[in-house]
Amino acid sequence: METQYIATPDTFRQGVKDCLPTLLGYVSIGLAFGVVATTSNLSIMEIFLLSLLVYAGSAQFIFCGLYMAGAPVTVIILTTFIVNLRHLLMSLTVAPYFTKYSSIRNVGFGTLLTDETFGVAVTKIAQENRLGGKWMDGLNITAYSTWVAACTIGGLLGKWLPDAESWGLDYALAAMFIALLVLNLASSPRHQIMRYLKLIGIMALTLYCLLYFMPGHLAVLIATVIVATIGVMTE
Amino acid sequence: MTTSVNMLLLLLGCALVTWLPRIIPFLFVKSVELPNVVLRWLKYIPICILSALVFESMFEEKGRFVVIDSFYFFAAIPTLAIAVWTKSLSKTVLAGVASMALLRLFFE
Repeated sequence: METQYIATPDTFRQGVKDCLPTLLGYVSIGLAFGVVATTSNLSIMEIFLLSLLVYAGSAQFIFCGLYMAGAPVTVIILTTFIVNLRHLLMSLTVAPYFTKYSSIRNVGFGTLLTDETFGVAVTKIAQENRLGGKWMDGLNITAYSTWVAACTIGGLLGKWLPDAESWGLDYALAAMFIALLVLNLASSPRHQIMRYLKLIGIMALTLYCLLYFMPGHLAVLIATVIVATIGVMTE
Repeated sequence: MTTSVNMLLLLLGCALVTWLPRIIPFLFVKSVELPNVVLRWLKYIPICILSALVFESMFEEKGRFVVIDSFYFFAAIPTLAIAVWTKSLSKTVLAGVASMALLRLFFE
């Protein structure tokens, strides 16, 4: 009962295509970020640079909050580091599939890795057990350019944009993570699915408890380390 | 007119601390073979991070307690059903957004 892998081509175009379903999430959150950033007194140039250089949704929102609150530079940088530290785990998960590529290309893959492209990439791994470099570039560059454009446009349009929340658009991201989770589970070997479901239950409980002691982004990181360790130990 | 040197340095600092965790594993894994137990551990990371992100969006702090955000919880039910049924990322995102819009329309 080996899993059947159906291979899609390793092309830039296929990467762009696989990125499309995530774009509603990028656009709505990006626009929302632009609006929030303008109200936090960031200029359009600063919004553009922040999305271009930091390229991480939650960190950018937190940056605005701290900047508005007049937090010291060290606090802003340290917080950004902690919020984005989960990328370390995501990169570590995806990197073994790219060892045949040059260092410079690997730096490229890593530089543009986000929660969303990570989610799409690990789903591809679950379905096909491999990743291609051209495909990854297509995925990454589509997501990156959409994000930077959405943030900047959000900043330009600012208060003229309708409230994304009343349209349910803030939920695009959560819905996407639910879908990626289901797609990953659906591609797992059948005998593993019950175990994974139990681990997801443990995750809910672990995260809930951790949230009493720490902010969400840190809880996500620590809960992931704990539950993955439980996973290996109960094999 | 649009930014200051201080702001630019702050942005570069934030960029650097975000970039390093992103790229170091890619460079490290190329030169070091990861032990089997680490590779097995990494197999759990996708399911763990994705479920953690889903739950994190659902929980919210309310005073001294962490509670479930009812809108996020109830929107998750049809979203999950559509995800299982269609196995489609785009359809699930649209269904999720529609569910949340309807919930807000009727109950807010």
